[in-house]
Amino acid sequence: MNLVINNKTYEIDSDADTPLLWVIREEVGLTGTKFGCGLAQCGACTVLVDGEPCRSCVTPVESVVGKQITTIETIEEDAVGKKVVEAWVEAQVPQCGYCQSGQVLAATALLKRNPNPSDADIADAMVNLCRCGTYNGIVDAIHAASRQA
Amino acid sequence: MNEMVNFLAGMNEAATSRPLNFSRRGFLGASLGALVLGVVLPGGTARAQAAGAVKPGTRVPAFIEIRNDGTVFFRSPFIEGGQGIFTAMAQIVGEELDVDPQNFTVECAPAGPDYTIMFGGHMRITGGSFSVRSSYPIMRKLGAAARQMLLEVAAKRLDVPMSELTTEPGVVIHAASGRRLNYGDLAEEAATQPVPEDAPLKADADFRWIRKPLKRLDVRDKSTGKAMYSIDLKVDGMLLAAVQHAPRLGWESGKIFNEDQVKAMRGVHSIHTIPGAVAVVADRWWHAKRAAEALQVEWKEPAADVTYAMPADFSTEAFREKLAATRGPGVDAEKEGDVDGAFKAANKVIEAQYDAPYLAHGQLEPPSAIARWNEDGTLEIWTPNQAPEMFQGVAAKQFGLPPEKILIHSPLLGGFFGRNFTYLNGGIPFPQAALLAQKVGKPVKVIWSREDEFLRDYFRPMGLVRFRGGLDKDGMPVALTADVMGEGPTESLNGVDPNKVDPNGVEGIVEKPYAIPNRHIVQIKVPHVARVGYWRSVGHSMNDFFYETFFDEMADAGGHDPYELRHKLVAGSPRHLKLLETVAESAGGWKRGPFTAEDGSKRARGVSMASPFGSETASIAEVSIEGGQVVVHDVWVAIDPGSIVNPAIIEAQVKSATALGLSTALLEEVVYEGGKPLARNYDRYPILPLSRMARVHVSIVESGAPMGGVGEPGLPGVPPAVANAVSVLAGQRIRRLPLSRSSLGV
Repeated sequence: MNLVINNKTYEIDSDADTPLLWVIREEVGLTGTKFGCGLAQCGACTVLVDGEPCRSCVTPVESVVGKQITTIETIEEDAVGKKVVEAWVEAQVPQCGYCQSGQVLAATALLKRNPNPSDADIADAMVNLCRCGTYNGIVDAIHAASRQA
Repeated sequence: MNEMVNFLAGMNEAATSRPLNFSRRGFLGASLGALVLGVVLPGGTARAQAAGAVKPGTRVPAFIEIRNDGTVFFRSPFIEGGQGIFTAMAQIVGEELDVDPQNFTVECAPAGPDYTIMFGGHMRITGGSFSVRSSYPIMRKLGAAARQMLLEVAAKRLDVPMSELTTEPGVVIHAASGRRLNYGDLAEEAATQPVPEDAPLKADADFRWIRKPLKRLDVRDKSTGKAMYSIDLKVDGMLLAAVQHAPRLGWESGKIFNEDQVKAMRGVHSIHTIPGAVAVVADRWWHAKRAAEALQVEWKEPAADVTYAMPADFSTEAFREKLAATRGPGVDAEKEGDVDGAFKAANKVIEAQYDAPYLAHGQLEPPSAIARWNEDGTLEIWTPNQAPEMFQGVAAKQFGLPPEKILIHSPLLGGFFGRNFTYLNGGIPFPQAALLAQKVGKPVKVIWSREDEFLRDYFRPMGLVRFRGGLDKDGMPVALTADVMGEGPTESLNGVDPNKVDPNGVEGIVEKPYAIPNRHIVQIKVPHVARVGYWRSVGHSMNDFFYETFFDEMADAGGHDPYELRHKLVAGSPRHLKLLETVAESAGGWKRGPFTAEDGSKRARGVSMASPFGSETASIAEVSIEGGQVVVHDVWVAIDPGSIVNPAIIEAQVKSATALGLSTALLEEVVYEGGKPLARNYDRYPILPLSRMARVHVSIVESGAPMGGVGEPGLPGVPPAVANAVSVLAGQRIRRLPLSRSSLGV
């Protein structure tokens, strides 16, 4: 089967029910997408599928054939993604950083859907876990990126 | 200091048992070679080693390499796990070296005697909030020595006295002639200079970077997915392994009923029985994982002499009852004045029992380890760790090798919080990786699933304290006793001395700042059945909750406002008084409530103080209760770490610690029934999400006291500040965490 990841087509030999996360990490070899829980709880594995955030750890690879998959590695090629990354750096959001690929993608998807989110909108959309508790920074950075949009 | 040494006492065994001579090959082999491009400054390493034993923290070239382009490669004794230590190291060294910290590349140093710089130079860990405070003078001297070596070469080249030279970042300047030499051009020759012992340090007033909110070095890579953690690393020819762990620690595998079937699954290389688990080695981890899950294994009860085994009837609730039911005598942790006399004379006596549960570390990066046996007989290990020499010592012991044959790589940590120490009874994956690599004759990476992690984590201990407080006729506390039940992590890990207190068991109950004249605090030992370890802020993480909420009970019983009572009882300590007043001012003045906020919600505030890891904190939390659920709106924290390096990092760390404190106050609890944890993932062990985070406001006070810690101290004050506020609104005492256990009326 073929997968389109970051605008590149990859021929994939993984079994059809393999989680997208492990195809990205082990077969394609992109490690920015993280394994955290394997149960769609933490969001470290978030990628965008046709622009929507997707928990790749529970998404069978066959279900995303024919769709556009975006990972953290090319998020700066997207205008909104670029703003989010710059806002992340400016607000010095990451600490350990392990969840931040997923956070950046989730924030990008939010701002594409809702360019001017309220605190409540952010709390509804940003459900990815951060054990370092960088949540104040995440909220500040999303507002800052929103102002830039 | 005593406390610090105790914190580390038993963990130091591996570090001190290694010989002092450490081979140069080991040192080089363990650095990630690809980054070492430029000129090494200076080249005196071999000479220094031939001269005798290494004095930790003195040999400039073991730490600092200046490249031709003037950038600096720095080997940090401490590992970066989000606390900002790589940036702080660059800031301190760069200050004296006179190189912009942004021009530093920092990695964690390999195991070796140059880096065991803590506590007089015999060990190192990244933990206990010790990194900056234990190394600040050492790092400054290293930077200053390297700068002087550059100056000596520049003086020769320009044929001027060294006293006529100054530096600006990355450049040596001879002002009189207007000549300038770049550090990068001097580095090679500077490498031939001996390391000076008396290089002058800057005056604090001349600091260019220290005390400034510099940006962190690792943030862009961490915002773009480029940061590499242990779990992301690959070595050539590596196979991947997943494990099926015994459902209870100490149990061993018997028959495997479907071995042939599993062996035939896609990608499976081999199946191995290893201590406490069965492992599947495969071409990809997903294949290994699927196969490991499919294994049907007979699990056999442990032999009677397996002391750490998890009994089939263990329950956390029963253990809590045991803590509550056990009586002394205990070991004295703090004894002051005449407690019996004070209670007899007291106008009022109150008693209360508090408890807090076992907690999981919950760091987002699951444990992993790569092991590779090299042709030269060395064993190379890449794994999350907070103590390279200790991991080296453990691996050496496991395989009967001299420590210098073990090369430890310490990649970035995807969170740690105390998780990555040498938890030897199945708590870390590298022994599995090393064993499997030996068995299959190829490098092996083991990755644990989140479920493996919840099964094999070493928890923050459960704790329970019984308090008794005596008040005089004015309602002032005059006597306090506390029975601190259980065991601290240090004694649980390293062996209990029945006659000695584990400082990590009682910290936060003892050495409080309040002028209560008669005190008797004892530790009553009850051995843990579950494995316990270090967890961010260690004993303070629950003990300050116990003490500071009981303090509010005493205040109420005596008819005092809890803030005013604290204010009175720290009146003799300007440092604490200032901190308490600072946090109140930051919160717009103290008010307990209940009061109605602008949004119409009914709110209250709680206050607390803590003295963790050489720093002091005062915290205020503002809460409401909505639909029976506690909402924490704002937390104000004033922290006094004595003196500081990077205020932005301190603020970030206090916010982070506050988040974890909130998480424990609101949500977290490890529950065992029938010898098994109920939660094996975040679905049944919820941790704080963004929607429940408070807005955190940090004030930094520099009292000039000896430098304290930063990574952990923000945490301990948060649960009691929240619980004290909730008590006001709910009209009931909160004596047990998490709050999700309490049913709260609106």
